[in-house]
Amino acid sequence: MITLGIDLGSNTVKTVLLRDGSQVIARSLRKGGHDMETVMNECLEEVYSAASGEKPDKIVATGYGRVSCKIADKEISEISCHGRGAYFSMQGARTVIDIGGQDSKAISLSDNGKVIDFVMNDKCAAGTGRFLEVMAQALQVQLVDFGDVSLKADRSVDISNTCTVFAESEVISLMARRESKENIIAGLHKAIAARVIAMAKRLRIEDEVAFTGGVALNSGVKRALESASGKSIKTPDHPQHIGALGAALFAFDMAKE
Amino acid sequence: MEQFNQLSEISSNERLRKLMVGYYMKAKFSWLTRKKIAWITSGGPVEPLISMGITPIYPENHGAMIGARKMGPELSDAAEDLGYSRDLCSYFRCDVGSAVLKKSPIDIRPKFLGGRAVFGGGLPKPDLLVCCNNICGTVLKWYEVQARFFNVPLIIVDTPYNYDGETTEIIEYVTAQFGEMITQIEKATGKRFSEKEFIRVGELSDEAVNLWNEVLSICENVPAPMTCFDAFMYLAPIVTLRGTQEVVDYYKQLKVELQSLADRKISPVPEEKFRLIWDNLPIWFKMRRLSKTLANYGAVLVADTYTNAWADNDISVEKPIESMARVYATAYLNRNTETKIKNMVNLMNRFKADGFLIHSNRSCKPYSFGQLDIKDEVSRRTGKPALMIEADMCDPRAYSDEQIATRIQAFIETLKERKATA
Ligand code: SF4
Repeated sequence: MITLGIDLGSNTVKTVLLRDGSQVIARSLRKGGHDMETVMNECLEEVYSAASGEKPDKIVATGYGRVSCKIADKEISEISCHGRGAYFSMQGARTVIDIGGQDSKAISLSDNGKVIDFVMNDKCAAGTGRFLEVMAQALQVQLVDFGDVSLKADRSVDISNTCTVFAESEVISLMARRESKENIIAGLHKAIAARVIAMAKRLRIEDEVAFTGGVALNSGVKRALESASGKSIKTPDHPQHIGALGAALFAFDMAKE
Repeated sequence: MEQFNQLSEISSNERLRKLMVGYYMKAKFSWLTRKKIAWITSGGPVEPLISMGITPIYPENHGAMIGARKMGPELSDAAEDLGYSRDLCSYFRCDVGSAVLKKSPIDIRPKFLGGRAVFGGGLPKPDLLVCCNNICGTVLKWYEVQARFFNVPLIIVDTPYNYDGETTEIIEYVTAQFGEMITQIEKATGKRFSEKEFIRVGELSDEAVNLWNEVLSICENVPAPMTCFDAFMYLAPIVTLRGTQEVVDYYKQLKVELQSLADRKISPVPEEKFRLIWDNLPIWFKMRRLSKTLANYGAVLVADTYTNAWADNDISVEKPIESMARVYATAYLNRNTETKIKNMVNLMNRFKADGFLIHSNRSCKPYSFGQLDIKDEVSRRTGKPALMIEADMCDPRAYSDEQIATRIQAFIETLKERKATA
């Protein structure tokens, strides 16, 4: 049996095609634009071709665009999907920290992987991928290199502004004062981690922490989260696809019924 | 007035509408009847005013109407133009904006005058302001601003916060002020205070409050015959007109009608799956949308801390002033966090709730302060989950549909999961 999960995020569209609720057949990820539907169709073609034309029995959509996804049999919130996907990828995960393009969230899971509680950032880009994106532009460093670059820092500067816009001017003035990019980036990681951990602490942060979402590919943020929380944090494989994977798992539940 | 109870059987809805329209019409034409108008804070002592034939007017109730009519941003902008910060309470901003612009949902345009706004929109001009800080500190500054704007006397009743519960010192202090307040009202309006009349009004007020309590308690029934979205509407008379016979009569009728629905297990939400408690003020400009969203999930707001804040009163015949002082000194928002936790736990149990929704209200600091602790503690004591949503009662600029929808959906999914595994 084949099921499909679609995560229509604020920046990207992700899909996961799953066989029998256990084996990932294919994943795809594309930058979203204003024409979400076209991007989604491209993603679908990609994963369908990997399944040599076999079509899914059930489809579940999640993410901000979930409600307008016409092909889905059901839409489920990104909280439930991320919780489900993270627990599947990292058995025993009890806390999920997800940092995506425009939101960040923390999810508490029970010992059998059910969502107990969650918090999400509110109306502010400070603790999200968008924050780093803006800074990457200001620093003229590729976002994908942030993790490696921050490894070379000899210290992390303090970024005192939480507001993305103000922090950007702070970064610009730090550069004018000839602070190294490495140290600034390490400082930015620390700032975002402090913000996200403060939010996650509204729940309990357990020992088994999974870090998911696009920003989880940045090893610098992961290290900063570890030092801010005092926990060792794991990034499951394909952290950007966790939501879509969760959706595909929910689709499998439906298909079984 | 918008109605959320889809059940056409509630014929008292028409009575409610007439009651409220009549109230504002009479107040607007008080210059004809030579009635004095006192603006008063929502937690303020209204009984002495009514007993002296003075019409009490509540800018906060007006604020709610402004919010529900989605006039918040426009009126707030006018206040912000005067230099007031957007971080201040949106009721205050809307009140100032409405006074300055003469714009309001209350806008009488008689047909015989060709529909022109001859009287100007907004609340009737006050002769006197009565401010009781048992709800917040904002009202002190708010009423000072309006006292200057309208150039009328301001009476302040100071009710210290009940950090350690109600103490004798607090009650004595507030009782003394009530005595003083009555003298000040007499001086400002030329009306005489009569204890006999005051006791009569106090008794009516008690009766109305008891009836209100009974009305709210009907939602202990499963399924509940109304939701909080209805209760938020039914609340208006208990806030504005308690102490009058009409209000007692209205709630008597409402009670009978709701009880009959409850007996026949009729509910406005077709399939009641989740019973939830609401904390804080309503989000006035999103009532319809939120009630629909929740109803779609079979979620019903069966009780809330806000409407219940008016369900507690006890003015005694023996010690009328002191007992009134006690009532107002121990208003809900003037109580410590532990009392609020206990109150929430009590509501959760009484109404057999599955969880609770906490509105972290950008405007109302005293109501929103401590909510994270309340959430944790109530969840710990009841074993039930809570969702906190960030919004504002009147200002849609502090609200995001998309975010709130996602949070509510996720919360309902966790509730479902819990029920399935229970
Ligand atoms: S701050 Fe809260 S209690 Fe005070 S006036 Fe505003 S809404 Fe009412």
